[in-house]
Amino acid sequence: MRTEGEIRCGEHRKNETVGRAFCSDLMSDVLTLGCQDVLLVTGLANVQAIRTAEMADISYILFVRNKNITDEMLQLARENNMVLIQCKSSMFKVAGELFTAGLQPVY
Amino acid sequence: MNFSYDIAGGDFVHAGQASSALKKILKSLNLDSSLIRRTVVSLYEAEVNVVAHAWSGNIQVNIQPDQICIVVSDKGPGINDINLAMQKGYSTASPEVREMGFGAGMGLPNIKDNSDVMELRSTPGEGTELKIVNKI
Repeated sequence: MRTEGEIRCGEHRKNETVGRAFCSDLMSDVLTLGCQDVLLVTGLANVQAIRTAEMADISYILFVRNKNITDEMLQLARENNMVLIQCKSSMFKVAGELFTAGLQPVY
Repeated sequence: MNFSYDIAGGDFVHAGQASSALKKILKSLNLDSSLIRRTVVSLYEAEVNVVAHAWSGNIQVNIQPDQICIVVSDKGPGINDINLAMQKGYSTASPEVREMGFGAGMGLPNIKDNSDVMELRSTPGEGTELKIVNKI
């Protein structure tokens, strides 16, 4: 099982592993996680998604539904050494693929 | 060490810059990563609240050897019922704020969860003052 996606930022970290994932378009929920080593899967493509990840110590974000990643988002992500991945699939499909591949839920 | 930052109401482009700056300062002090995350999550929630609800605001941070004290004050509509505002899920956020991924009524409860001391005072029609203290 694999998920197709394009790394838009943080290519140098592509061999790293992450153990858990959290799917949300609601940044308020992301801020309640209280844990690190998480892949955030979201369809919310704006600067505040990057800011939220920065505050929550989340280094990996996968944007679903082929959402546009802006230059401002890329710049902020680079400043914080984040990995941004863009894919065309829906959040439901991506979640299923990642779960099947062994990624664990945060809760 | 003292740190001050002004916030413009409605300015979602720059929302979080103060929290980001504080995070860099706290990391440079080699503080515990969990303490840093709890503190900047609290401040970020407060910063977004000012941007979302108030006309203008100011953040004052005082870092002592034993604690981090943050005071976020704003000029704005204030909070009519603080007990209601502290309930998870209660929100008066606009559709624009919700489109940004916020406004789910989680902010104030999350600040409480991520701070050792939280004090909230508000005068409807004038503004709100939030004090957050995290012990080092």
